[in-house]
Amino acid sequence: MNKSLTKKRRTTKRARSNFWELRLYIAGQTPNSIVAIANLKKICEDQLKGKYRIEVIDLLKKPQLAKGDQIVAIPTLVRRLPPPVKKIVGNLSKTERALVGLDIQPAR
Amino acid sequence: MPRGKLKISRTPLPKIPTGIDGLDEVTSGGLPKGRTTLVCGSPGCGKTLLAMQFLAHGALQYGEPGVCIEFEEAPDKLTANVRSLGLDLRDLEKRKKLLVDHVRIERNEIEETGEYNLEGLFIRLGHAVDAIKAKRVVLDSIETLFAGLSDAAILRAELRRLFRWLDDRSLTAIVTGERGNNGLLTRHGLEEYIADCVILLDHRVNEQISTRRLRIVKYRGSAHGTDEYPYMIDDDGMSVLPITSLALAHKASAARVSTGVSGLDDMLGGKGFFRGSSVLVSGTAGTGKSSIAAKFASAACARGESCLYFAFEESPSQIIRNMRSVGIDLEPRIQKGLLHFHAVRPTSTGLEGHLAGMQKLVKQLRPNVVVVDPITSIVSVSGIYGVKSMLTRLVDFLKVQQITSMFTNLTFGRNHEERTEEGVSSLMDTWIVLWDGERNGQRTRGLYVVKSRGMAHSRELRELVVSHKGMELGNVMTGDGLATSGVG
Repeated sequence: MNKSLTKKRRTTKRARSNFWELRLYIAGQTPNSIVAIANLKKICEDQLKGKYRIEVIDLLKKPQLAKGDQIVAIPTLVRRLPPPVKKIVGNLSKTERALVGLDIQPAR
Repeated sequence: MPRGKLKISRTPLPKIPTGIDGLDEVTSGGLPKGRTTLVCGSPGCGKTLLAMQFLAHGALQYGEPGVCIEFEEAPDKLTANVRSLGLDLRDLEKRKKLLVDHVRIERNEIEETGEYNLEGLFIRLGHAVDAIKAKRVVLDSIETLFAGLSDAAILRAELRRLFRWLDDRSLTAIVTGERGNNGLLTRHGLEEYIADCVILLDHRVNEQISTRRLRIVKYRGSAHGTDEYPYMIDDDGMSVLPITSLALAHKASAARVSTGVSGLDDMLGGKGFFRGSSVLVSGTAGTGKSSIAAKFASAACARGESCLYFAFEESPSQIIRNMRSVGIDLEPRIQKGLLHFHAVRPTSTGLEGHLAGMQKLVKQLRPNVVVVDPITSIVSVSGIYGVKSMLTRLVDFLKVQQITSMFTNLTFGRNHEERTEEGVSSLMDTWIVLWDGERNGQRTRGLYVVKSRGMAHSRELRELVVSHKGMELGNVMTGDGLATSGVG
């Protein structure tokens, strides 16, 4: 019984470490922000299919949230999971850079 | 506005007081209202302190809450900084007088992946300003943005946008920057964005003594002093020491005060010094300068007036002991609280430190008479030019308060006298020289009055007789058998 429980725990842990939580901070639906959202979706579909969740935070609506993740530039993408936390700035059009910044091994 | 008419305003540029001692004088009213001022200087010069003092005073004295966007100092360090002003940052934040938002930009964290702007910063700033209805803003130090984000073009454009943003909302702002090299005022050339007012803080160490100087590099639309002004940072925060109004504006009193030495009053038009005047007593070693000063102080106390005696060379107990040997008992004066000694090592601080310290004590104790014995020690601390400037400020300050002041000065002989006193004596209304020479195989002391503005004074060289019974002026010394040494 112990053996099966440990196996289950291990799988869940692995599954969790493979799950990506990404938070994109924007300031209103500006053209650049729309580009960023689109780029992010594409990167996630290409590299992290099935194991990601994107949260878009509009600071124009919720300015108080800028402090928590120390947001200065817009758009900023924060990788919250898996740890460690990483932050990258820009509309993600430079895909190579985005992958390096997020520390994603490109899926070939 | 009435139709068809164009009114051109002639009102001067509105200014907003900083509340910092002396800075509002030097800028003739404070910083430009609704505009941005750049304060730059090397690390440790006090720019953050100046900025925080500006915010704190604004909130507490002028009813203007302030926001600080802090890029550099950690929260606890900033709190300590503000505490040095005697203020509690947490308390100010709780009372919605101040709001601090710490912004962290780590270079290694940030990969730039495409176009971006600094709207996040604007949002945080706007949010903070709206939260407490702030009127004053500090960005300390905005050059950190340059270190954290590498796209110079974006940074430049956003900085311009930021200063326009501040202007549009009529927020009076201070932006701090670090001193740059190669002819730039700031490391990244911030001064090109800030057209209205630029203040430079300089912190030098000269022969182990640190001096701080403030200079207004630019102040558009306002006349301003272009000199360097010494400034101090002490328990009450920062204070700038401007040259107070010159003697031209002083009220000249016709009242007279006794010198305390019998015979000397006679030499000075029969009545002694003018109240509120400055007196220089100079002479070579051992000629009795301190004794004259002590007599003067004692006489003031005898009249019921108070005296503040700044001792730069000897300890008060030594002075008291020495004076007792010439029949001057200072103890009872001290007991009555009329005579206050303040002994300081001349090398303990720079000139500004001495000046500020002395002014503070004078304001606190409100003496009628002040003695500085000797000023020579301070001369040795800094060059003659620094001393003259400092003495000018001190003498002006004392005159405005109608305090009669006496300064003793050690001279080393003819040449030295002319050099050191060339500048200093012009500040003094009365100049008494003590003379030391040989006469018939005996050392003799003499005294004469070089000048005394506003009164007829004796031109005689009188003998100065000092014994355990006291000090008094003797006969006129003629040329027979006199061999001079020292003072000419």
